Amino acid sequence: MKNRDQGSENRDREVDHMKHLLRNALAPVHDKSQLERDLWPAMLRRMDEQALRGPRSIPWFDWALGGALLAFAAVAPRTIPVILYYL
Amino acid sequence: MRDDEDSVLSRFRHGDLDAFETLFRTHQRAVYGWVLRIVRDPSAAEDVTIEAFWRMHQAHARFDPERGFEPWARRIATHAALDWLRRKKPVSGITPELWDTVPAPLGSDPAISAEVRDKTAQAFARLPAKLRIAALLAVVEEQPHKEIADALGISIGAVKLRVFRALRLLRKDLIQQGITP
Repeated sequence: MKNRDQGSENRDREVDHMKHLLRNALAPVHDKSQLERDLWPAMLRRMDEQALRGPRSIPWFDWALGGALLAFAAVAPRTIPVILYYL
Repeated sequence: MRDDEDSVLSRFRHGDLDAFETLFRTHQRAVYGWVLRIVRDPSAAEDVTIEAFWRMHQAHARFDPERGFEPWARRIATHAALDWLRRKKPVSGITPELWDTVPAPLGSDPAISAEVRDKTAQAFARLPAKLRIAALLAVVEEQPHKEIADALGISIGAVKLRVFRALRLLRKDLIQQGITP
């Protein structure tokens, strides 16, 4: 029982020490967290860019995966039912 | 006043751009301040704030006006900041020759050398992003566990566990570098 208490005490001390070390390595930013400009114009630009791009495009990886599946099915047509089963 | 706010929230939920602008202008500073605490870079914090509001704009139909805008915005901003932390590669620290010339941060413990501070910061940057964000907000920024839990969408117990794991991994990393914390 005494050993367990001592272990817990040591762990708490280690945690407190690491907290102290971390606070010294990284200063808090809360006192200088002032936004210096209005971000609305940048937000509007972002929205315009997205509107010009149209609906979200399909990532290249999805195209590559689809292509690989088609190629595989062409080479080994017997696997098509198996692939369909797992889709 | 309360009716006006309710009306703005309800109009935002239905995709009204003017309502979104009103909410953006009201909350941009708070969201930026929160994001800055996580990303610790003013320019990146601006980008992440815009990304967070873009996500809010995209998700307007899922917003529940009953639960208020601020907690919802903070949660989305926290996840946008978390994604930024995951994408960002750890920066290399200062060179050993500069350890003695770098001034200590204001209010820091003079017993901790510049070398230990730098190595701690580097080791911290190598931690998994979800542990880093919990430790940054709880230990460095001293935010209440409840606020961190709400922002991350996890329980208070999970926040405490992540902080503990972050500190333990940090200690292990420092020991591997030959620093006995």
